[in-house]
Amino acid sequence: MALSADESGRLGELLASRSEQVTQRWTEIIAGQLRGRLSQAELVRQVQELHRALVDALSKGAVDLNAEDATELRAVLADFSRGQARQGFSATETATGVFALKEALLTALDNDQSVATLRDYVAFSALVDQMGLFTFETFVRTRESLIADQAEQLLELSTPVVKLWESVVAVPLVGTLDSARAQVVMERLLQTLVDTGSPYAIIDITGVPAVDTQVAQHILKTVVAARLMGADCIISGIRPQIAQTIVALGIEFGDIATKASLADALRHVLRLTGVETSRRQPRREA
Amino acid sequence: MERVPILKIGDILLVSIQVDMSDQTAVALQEDLAERIVATGCHGVIIDITALDIVDSFVGRMLSTIASISRVLDAETVVVGMRPAVAITLVELGLSLNGIRTALNVERGMELIAIDRADDRDEPDDDPVPEPTASP
Repeated sequence: MALSADESGRLGELLASRSEQVTQRWTEIIAGQLRGRLSQAELVRQVQELHRALVDALSKGAVDLNAEDATELRAVLADFSRGQARQGFSATETATGVFALKEALLTALDNDQSVATLRDYVAFSALVDQMGLFTFETFVRTRESLIADQAEQLLELSTPVVKLWESVVAVPLVGTLDSARAQVVMERLLQTLVDTGSPYAIIDITGVPAVDTQVAQHILKTVVAARLMGADCIISGIRPQIAQTIVALGIEFGDIATKASLADALRHVLRLTGVETSRRQPRREA
Repeated sequence: MERVPILKIGDILLVSIQVDMSDQTAVALQEDLAERIVATGCHGVIIDITALDIVDSFVGRMLSTIASISRVLDAETVVVGMRPAVAITLVELGLSLNGIRTALNVERGMELIAIDRADDRDEPDDDPVPEPTASP
């Protein structure tokens, strides 16, 4: 239900004339539920900004939140809910921040009890509901983008490719390997092989908590892709339980070399490249 | 019609594919290469596919055919410079380049052929190559 032009004008006037009273009550309600997690000054600034934007929009004759004249109001609301989402307030707290305006207005209307006022109030409350829903949507969108950002950062962090030796690179995998991560690992490993010209790669799965058929499938694909490019992969860091799981699931690694530890894998590669490894007696101090 | 140039470096023929392969280009390349192998008596062929963005089943089969032809003429074929994206796509499609040896770049490919030739000369009777042993 949209406001009529008359109603919006009257409400704008009312809000402007009772500005002090309304913002004060509004601030009180919000402050009550936030329990001091936001400084009073900050809260008052936010409420006044919202109030000003609302009065502006109404005085320009906005009858609806989606109206042309309410652009600034929408921007202020979006800003408000983005701030709340980033500071870790819950969705209820954010939406209540807007819905509190109804109660605040009611206190401003207390003395006037005509039917016209009631009609105005209902129309206005529809507008506030719209504002609340809009806030909620922005809040959710902000949270989602936060989560997406974090997931991306996690991907960046968790897949380093390190050079172990001349012409040997290693990927220490840590954490659960899902399709998205496997894809990133695969691409980064293959790109590193090209960039460094290393014909050997060691995939270390010490940090992978569980290996199921899907994870094995991802690893196998990576190994086959590396082979197509002319590089050999060795899988290392297979813990006893994982070895048992692999056998129980019937996963075949075929002719892919698997080693128990990274050290074994490195020794294996060094032998292939013809580097001599020998154990030297520790030198005694004279 | 575009022709793919074949360069001779020492004992090796180098083919760098820089154009989109069509049926005609592929057939022409196979003919040219067979002729050059016989004419030069080279024992190694390196096919550089660094410039190829797409390797489909058609290109895959062409590479296999070239490798088979070369093998009949006693030349070892190595495909070099496959891009990561190409390798991933081939794996996802389930295509494997059977009977084709691969190396990361031209340099590694030349090393590979050199090692093979050295092995062939050392072991004319196909004796198993003794594994180099590392000290414990």
